[in-house]
Amino acid sequence: MKQIAWRAILPKDTNVRWLLVITVLVFVSMSLLRPTMFFTLDNFSSMAFQFPEFGLLAMAIMLTLLSGGIDLSIVGVANLSGILAALVLTRLLPAEASALQVVLYSLLALATSLVTGLTCGLINGLLIAVVGITPILATLGTMELFTGIAIVITKGAAVFGFPELITFMGNGSLWIFPVPFLIFVVAAAVFAIILNKTAFGAKLQLLGTNPVAARFSGLNNTKLLLQTYMLSGFLAALSGIVVLARTNSAKADYGSSYTLQAVLIAVLGGVNPAGGFGRVGGLVLAILTLQFLSSGFSMLRFSNFFKEFIWGAVLLVVMVINYLTNTRRERREALLQAKECEVNAQAD
Amino acid sequence: MWRKLLTRNEFYVALVVVGLCLVIGAVNPVFFTVGNLFDLVRNSVVMGIFSLGVLIVIISGGIDISFAAVAAFAMFVTAKILVPFHFQGTILVPFALSALIGTLLGLINAVLISQFRLPTMIVTLGTMSAFRGFMLAFIGAMEITNLPPAMIAFSRSFLVTIKQGRFTYGLHVSILILIVLAVLVWFILNKTMLGRGIYALGGDRSAAERAGFNIRRIQLFIYCFVGFLAGIGGIVHSALVRTARPFDLVGTEMSVIAAVVLGGARITGGKGSVVGTMLGVVLVVIMNTSLILLGVSSFWQRAVLGLLIIIGTGIPAYQATRRRRAA
Repeated sequence: MKQIAWRAILPKDTNVRWLLVITVLVFVSMSLLRPTMFFTLDNFSSMAFQFPEFGLLAMAIMLTLLSGGIDLSIVGVANLSGILAALVLTRLLPAEASALQVVLYSLLALATSLVTGLTCGLINGLLIAVVGITPILATLGTMELFTGIAIVITKGAAVFGFPELITFMGNGSLWIFPVPFLIFVVAAAVFAIILNKTAFGAKLQLLGTNPVAARFSGLNNTKLLLQTYMLSGFLAALSGIVVLARTNSAKADYGSSYTLQAVLIAVLGGVNPAGGFGRVGGLVLAILTLQFLSSGFSMLRFSNFFKEFIWGAVLLVVMVINYLTNTRRERREALLQAKECEVNAQAD
Repeated sequence: MWRKLLTRNEFYVALVVVGLCLVIGAVNPVFFTVGNLFDLVRNSVVMGIFSLGVLIVIISGGIDISFAAVAAFAMFVTAKILVPFHFQGTILVPFALSALIGTLLGLINAVLISQFRLPTMIVTLGTMSAFRGFMLAFIGAMEITNLPPAMIAFSRSFLVTIKQGRFTYGLHVSILILIVLAVLVWFILNKTMLGRGIYALGGDRSAAERAGFNIRRIQLFIYCFVGFLAGIGGIVHSALVRTARPFDLVGTEMSVIAAVVLGGARITGGKGSVVGTMLGVVLVVIMNTSLILLGVSSFWQRAVLGLLIIIGTGIPAYQATRRRRAA
């Protein structure tokens, strides 16, 4: 009886359950190794400032992986939209602006950034769904293009110095919760609802599982892909805003390692890289695991390079474990079926 | 003959390359000087060696993004091993050592991909991060400048030298390595059963399996061979710049992949040629190094490369899409 109660609480998906075990293990071991540093409110708050920017990018990657594609341009989109927003704040905003003007221009900057994200996503979507370029190549090209445009606009220099209202979005807290963390939570919740509760989510996963079947079931694949990549661009722009607000600057080559990190998180979180399957819960656990590892290792005075090594190793180990558990289950099921067939044959 | 030529992708890539050269040459005559052309060759060698490995992987329907990390690892560890005991021997030893280290790292990719049937992109993403992290955290992150004398001598070896006024320009000997490797890869792909298997695997995995190809063994070979090529590319790079810098090479993956794809290899597998790939490399290298000769600021470099990828892959993709819709 007790077992049943446990099952109701734990995630239903085996891979996510494994991940939960890993997350808890990492958290507990870091807390035991550095109780006075890791297991503190200060550390929790500092971690909550750090992960939203790449967490949002991981969400964008997850979305496109689900559709059976990938979006390698997310970092380029984030930086370009951040830079355009930064230009609105530094070039258009008058020096002696009134409070109202600051609010209006800040809103304008946010809108610029999000519209840029949507436009970049639309370009990706058109290249993939209408022109027919493979997602990995199309977004590889647009990554260079968007980053390139950002470099041309800024001549490679950082744009900085924003009103307090903007920096609050990156560095402020509401009660004990950092604002970037709140942005992430809202985005994740909306994202989970979109994936699990809307027709779009169901269609997207069908498209990722089998695009031919999706088309013959009457889905408009072109429209779905356009929506997917626009949403991905939107999330990337959101991440760009968080970066802009937190670092008080925007730069064309910020976070170039984030693309691979985001793919890593999505796969670690159990998103099938071949499309169709993935859970937001898994993604969130993967983001938390990597942040715990990252902060923990910093406190243990390991270098960033060591973290890079561990991340790659963790990804590979998780993939192998998933493979082994899946094949074992498949083999067991096949064996059961064979037995049933035998029994049926004997009964006949 | 002509009609056959017109249907070949390589023909169009060659056309673009020639056109680009003519335009750049017309704007700035410096482009066609011996010095500049020899420099172009020198700048193409390492990317050319990498692109051969990427070509094989892409034909087989996979993708490898760890090769640059493998190359950096192999060349840096080679230097780290040879430098402490003041190695004085032949250049062959660093080459062999680096190729061996590359092959061993490739073997790790190969085992993960062929035995566990994991997606190639994700595996190589993981190993890229793991190899690079391992090297920088445990082996070293400081560049090594006092390379073995044989490597320094190699960096100054030229096939031919041409004197023009005060300057002497040389065609670097490393182009021979690229040519030998290109012929080797061409031979494997076109003249051996293994090569047929690589194309078959990329065309349709289950069909290849049913035709009797041993997929696991083919994949094992592919990823070890990419490691081997990466090892050689790495050591050539460090010899050319006369230092072993652990931070070099990583970051160039995407432009190598872009070069291979621009050269007509199909990213989903089953199609691609050595000639096309070499043309793709020349195209990307010219784009990267010669924009400045056109008077275009180097800030435009990435944007132009992006446009090149989009247009270069967009035209064939659009034609295919239209054919599919018409059918």
